Order: sequence, then structure tokens, then C-alpha cells
Amino acid sequence: MSLIRQTLKHFARINGILAKRLLSLDNANVQNRYNNSTSTDDPSQFPGAKAPFVSNLKLIEHTDYDAIPIYRVMDSDGYISDDSQDPQLSKEVVQKMFNDMVQLNTMDKILYESQRQGRISFYMTNFGEEASHIGSAAALEMRDLIYGQYREAGVLVWRGFRIDQFIDQCYGNCDDDGRGKQMPVHYGSKELNFVTISSPLSTQMPQAVGAAYAMKLRPNNDACVVCYFGEGAASEGDAHAAFNFAATLQCPVIMFCRNNGFAISTPSHEQYKGDGIAARAHGYGMATIRVDGTDVFAVYNAMKLARKYVLRENKPVVFEAMAYRVGHHSTSDDSTAYRSADEIEVWNSKEHPLSKLKSYMVRKGWFNENDEKEFVKDVRKKVLKQINVSEKKLKPNWKEMFEGVYSEIPAHLKEQMKELESHINTHRNHYPVKNFQE
Amino acid sequence: MKKSFWPLLNTLKSRTTVPWCRSHFTYYPDKSPKEVISTGNVTEKMNMVQAINNAMDLVLAKDPTAILFGEDVGFGGVFRCSVNLRDKYGKDRVFNTPLTEQGIAGFAIGVANVGSTAIAEIQFADYIFPAFDQIVNEAAKYRYRSGGLFDCGSLTFRAPCGAVGHGALYHSQSPEAYFAHTPGLKIVVPRGPVKAKGLLLACIRDPNPCIVFEPKTLYRAAVEEVPTDDYVSELGKADILRKGKDVTLIGWGTQVHVLLEVAEIAKKEHQIDCEVIDLVSIMPWDRDTVYNSVKKTGRVIVAHEAPLTQGFGAELAASIQEKCFLHLEAPVKRVAGWDTPFPHVFETFYLPDKYRCLAAIKDLVNY
Ligand SMILES: Cc1ncc(C[n+]2csc(CCOP(=O)(O)OP(=O)(O)O)c2C)c(N)n1
Ligand SMILES: [Mg+2]
Repeated sequence: MSLIRQTLKHFARINGILAKRLLSLDNANVQNRYNNSTSTDDPSQFPGAKAPFVSNLKLIEHTDYDAIPIYRVMDSDGYISDDSQDPQLSKEVVQKMFNDMVQLNTMDKILYESQRQGRISFYMTNFGEEASHIGSAAALEMRDLIYGQYREAGVLVWRGFRIDQFIDQCYGNCDDDGRGKQMPVHYGSKELNFVTISSPLSTQMPQAVGAAYAMKLRPNNDACVVCYFGEGAASEGDAHAAFNFAATLQCPVIMFCRNNGFAISTPSHEQYKGDGIAARAHGYGMATIRVDGTDVFAVYNAMKLARKYVLRENKPVVFEAMAYRVGHHSTSDDSTAYRSADEIEVWNSKEHPLSKLKSYMVRKGWFNENDEKEFVKDVRKKVLKQINVSEKKLKPNWKEMFEGVYSEIPAHLKEQMKELESHINTHRNHYPVKNFQE
Repeated sequence: MKKSFWPLLNTLKSRTTVPWCRSHFTYYPDKSPKEVISTGNVTEKMNMVQAINNAMDLVLAKDPTAILFGEDVGFGGVFRCSVNLRDKYGKDRVFNTPLTEQGIAGFAIGVANVGSTAIAEIQFADYIFPAFDQIVNEAAKYRYRSGGLFDCGSLTFRAPCGAVGHGALYHSQSPEAYFAHTPGLKIVVPRGPVKAKGLLLACIRDPNPCIVFEPKTLYRAAVEEVPTDDYVSELGKADILRKGKDVTLIGWGTQVHVLLEVAEIAKKEHQIDCEVIDLVSIMPWDRDTVYNSVKKTGRVIVAHEAPLTQGFGAELAASIQEKCFLHLEAPVKRVAGWDTPFPHVFETFYLPDKYRCLAAIKDLVNY
């Protein structure tokens, strides 16, 4: 009752104001108001939107807006046209960026082939997206929490995930931190603040927002959350939920979209009709930025800016890194069925993030052909050696299958474990027990 | 990517372990399926992918309202089930959707609301859960809650399911029981190409929303002589694939092949005569065939890949003890996946394989 009365009172008050205003206007002015077809400065009182009234009837098309521009620092030849945008990183930092990208690239090539040989069951490469991983990771602090999709191995490389950790996970052996539970490339590291990857797409997005919200509430919070996802994953309902929660609950989270043009075979023009993922931000009331994801410095600068913004404002940013998925979707995919080799070649040569950074380093006099060769050789050797080692390691004890379902193994699972144990004991020759820890 | 690392990798010693290459079943093609006999059709050798493709081809050709869609369906689907169909019927009728299962399901319901035929692919059964609300609260209840004014019976979901040897948590699940718990849905699981085609055609024509869970490990491994013309496999009907008098073995999908092998071993090595039933249809399920068999043998095992607790075996066990109590010589036995998520490197220990099923048979006979 009282609510209705209050509302009525409110209306009466507004009406009074309006009436007074109208009375004070002369006739010509009133006439003018009603004929005017351009916007007035009289904002609406609707709770759902604060906007001016207009009397010209018109659909607003998405093409009425300009596309969000792509920020870049380096061109295809690694040339920086606007010096003010050079992040002025030291030789050591740039060298680490380059080496990490090369390591990722080299590791990917070998592990991809190792799946082809049946050594590991599955693999996904990161070709063409190395700069968006390394550039973004380099701009963050280790205390920032990462939620990934699956094609962000470079972030882990930058943070110090070791070759043996990558390869042990792919083998799911007894030294895999994930305990052999998940498919290859589903990495995770508590130490490196990288939440374990999960296959169902976009599930990490609202989770990242929740984490950011909880972190914001902690006294003196100085860490943000970064959530990586593909432009395909951005179509899931969870992506919408994440954006809307991030905006309404004002969360210090960077929603990092890797727009690589494909979701398996589906090209981005069949995935969305608007201006990519960056343009969605405004619909939700979020800040946004779009960068050239093959330009490591552009990603770096933009990420620095985004990080500063989300922590200063306690508000989210949508970050869209444009690139091209140079490799097949995964080892289960043959992308020649849906795109041309010529198209791939452009992105694998001239537009490849490694070639851009290399050109920059050459110009700086920081590039040594021999050093690079040695570095690649060294990584190859390490990876191959590690494959040999990881392959020989035993898998975790099969009883671990029952661990981690709950915080403690409940009675019914203990019973099932016992049942399996006695079954295995009477059928030892039928189970690969010798490959598993005792 | 171009440069091959084969030579480099070949310098490594040969593999020590490749657990994911082991297949846990031997495929048993149908010898004389009733579908082939009854249609008198010309047959062609097809694997399960080709049989499904053939079924959808027939529907698209005959039914001008039929449309086929899902993630990556346009270029043929990640399992190649819709290959060539976009070229043949155009991209208005065979197309990629944006990547959202709840969108696919809701869209399919709308297509069916206005009487058109929707064939929607969910890329993996493991990814059907974002669509759970649309399927369970909408598709399943449309007719009921509108007093019969509206329905979405002309929609069918296809979703690849089950173990493949290396799929881990999210490329292995068998979620049939979740959906069987929802009144209003029909659920089937084919064991091979003939059934896959017949069931899909039956589901598409059935005036209720249906889900076909296709065991993806059978897509290429299963090859049969499949009638090239139109035919349907009756929904709600189980198949007795092997007659026997001692123990009834009930399964569906890939597990049927495990049970057929187990029955063979039981006969050869233990002189135990098993009757093998492919339940085929999870909802509705064929009570007559199951009860008659159990009343004859007095012993029954239900085996499925999905976890034991609340798996569809639980429903069968409860119903069997209720209806066949006085005929039972031993408790109803379930052999199933353990009550854990589906693990990657432990798959061989997880599955209700032939050794576990055979052990259960011996237990029952010696009860
Ligand atoms: C909920 C869900 N649906 C479908 C899939 C199958 N799937 C795995 S990756 C992928 C494409 C993702 O594309 P995008 O988000 O653009 O990432 P990219 O692979 O390009 O890095 C699909 C459809 C899945 N993993 N989860
Ligand atoms: Mg993509």
C-alpha cells in the first residue's frame, strides 16, 4: 500500500514540475518542442534507461556505428610507426618474450607429431596466437588469477610452467599435477595461479567473474582475474551471464577473447553478425578494447592499461585479441576440409607473431640468428628427452580413480574400490596394472 | 606446422605404453536384423556414420520442412554424419549454428512448434547439459502444460555418447538416465548401423521429442549391410540378440557388444547359456521382452557404461524385482561404470568390461 502511495506522490510531484515548466514557456516554444525531430535534452524517467526523447522514427542499425578499431603498435614488418606507443621494454624482456613464443611454438610442433604417432592421445596447438598469450601474460602480475579455455599454453610458459610439467600432463603420468584424470592440454597450476582447464566451453567465464568479485571484497585487493575464451565460446549462454554479472557487480576482471576466426570449422562470420566480441561490451555497460593479437607489444600495452583500469575502477574490461588459428583445431580435426592452404600460409608467414617480433628485434640489433637456432635446438632436445622420460613414468595408482570425487572417499566408493581391487587381483593378466603405480 | 618432426621423433625408442589404443569390445554385426528382412530392401555396406547420413538424406529429400543444424554441421559435422548434405539441400536447410547448446535446443523446439521437422545435433552428449533446461523443462513438457494446444514432437536430438578409449571426463559420458528421469522424452541408443538409421527415422517421425544417443566409438567400427530405402525400427522395442536359458544379459549401445562376447565366452568356457537383450529404447523400455526373459532364466545382469548409482540399470533392477520376484534365483546384478567422473588414464579400470561382466555371471550362477 505504502509503496503505491509513494509512487503516486512521486508522479504528482513530477507532474507538478512538468506543469510549471510548461506554463512558464511561451506558445512558440511549446510548438517548437513538439515539432522538433532531433533529440531534446529532456531525459526519460524510465527506470530501465536514461535517454533523451526524440520524435523521428528510425531503426538504429548496427552498421550505424563504426567498427571498433584495432589497436596495434607494430606493423607486419615489426616497424613501430608511432614511437609514443613503443613500450620501451628492455632487451632482456623482449628476448624472454621471443624465447617463450619460440618455446611454445617448438613444443607444439613436437607434441602435435607425438600424438600423430600415438604417443599421447590428443593435442591442441597454439600456432598464430603466441603473441596474445605472451603479451598478455607479461603485462600481468603473478598474483593475478587466470582462468583459461585450452589454447593459452603460452600464458603458462611465461609464468614458468616447465616442459616436464606440460608433457607429464599430456601423458597423465604419476607426476601430472592433474593426476591423469583429464585429457592432454588440460593444464592447471595452483602455484602459478592458473585454474585447471575444463573442456565444457565457457563454463570458466562466470566463474572468473565470481572469483574477481570475491577478491574485490578482500581488504587492499591488488589482484585481478583474467578469463580467456574463444570467439566461438562467446556464443554460449554462460558468456552472456559472465558479461552481465561482471558489469552489474563491478568485478575487476579482464574478459580476454581470443578471436582467431574459427570455432572448429565454423568461421566467425557464422558465429556472430555484430562487430566481434569487443562491441558487445557496451551493451552490457563495460569498457572494451580491441587489439592486434599478432602484435605482442599491442597486446602488452593494452593489457597493462586494462589491468590498471579494472583495479582502479573495480570494473570489468572486455579485451578482444584478433588473430588467426594457424593450426588445425586439434589433432581430431583436419582444417583443409573447410579452409584453403593459401589463407593459412599468409598467417603462418608474413602475419605470424613470431616473424613480426623477429623483425623488430633485427632492427634493434637484438637478434642473433645463431642464438635462435641454438635455442630452438635446445628446446627440441629438451622436449624430445622429456617425452622419453614422461612416457616411461608409471601412471598414478588406479585407486586414485576414486579420489577427489569428494573431499573424502565415502563408504560406497570405498566399497566399489574394494570390489575392483579383488576383481583385479583375480584377473591381473587382463589389466595393465604394471603401467600403474602400486 | 609444415615441417615434420617424424624423423626426430623416430629417434625415440618405441612406445612403452599406449593404454588408449586398447578397445574394450569386439563389434558383432547383426546377422539378420528384422529391419532388413521386413523391408525386403536393397542393402549396402555402411558404417554407422554413413547409415545416419543416409537416414538424414532420406528425410531431407522427402520432407521439405526438415532442417538439420548444430555446431559444425555445415561442413559435415566433427564426426562426418552430415557430410555432403549442405551441398545437396542448401545452407538454408543444413547449417552451422552459433556455439550454444541451449540455443540449439530452444531453436529446435521453436522449429517444431510450427510443425517443421528439426534434426538438431549436439556435438557431444557431454555438452548437452547447457541445453538441459530447454530439453527437460520445455521440450518434454510442451504438450502437457499447454493442454495439447502446442507441442514440439517433430524434433529430434542426436548426440554422440560413450567411451572411446581416451575421451576422459567430457568426451565419454552416457547421460541417458538423466533424460529418462524426465517424463515426455523418448530416448534410444543404437548398437550399429541398421539400428542407427531405423531408430533415427523412427524418432524423426515420432510425434514426441526424441533423443538418439549414438555411441561414437561405433561410428566407424560398426559396419553392416543396411537397407538403402526408408524403414523404421520400432521405438520401445528391445531385441533378443542371443537366446539362452541360464542368465539374461541386458545392455544398450556399445555394451551390447561386450555382452555378446561375454555370452560366447560363458558358453564356451563355463557352459553357461546367456540370453542377450539389447534394450535399444531406454524410454519407453520394453517390459514384456525383459520380464519374459527374466522369468525364463531367473537370473539377470544389467550392464552400462554410465555410473552405477541412478544409472538406468537401477530402474530395470527395481522393476524386475517387482514383477519377476518369484522367478528370481539370484538378486538382480548391475555391472556399471563406477560412481566417479569418467577418468582419462584409468578408463580400462572404469568400464564394465567383459571380465567384470563374466565374473558377475559366475557369481549369479553360483549364488
Ligand atoms: C559446451 C561445449 N560445446 C561444444 C564443445 C566442443 N568444442 C570444443 S572446442 C570448440 C570450438 C571453440 O571455438 P573457440 O571458442 O573459438 O576457441 P578456439 O578453438 O578457436 O580457440 C567446440 C565446439 C565444448 N567443448 N563444449
Ligand atoms: Mg576461435
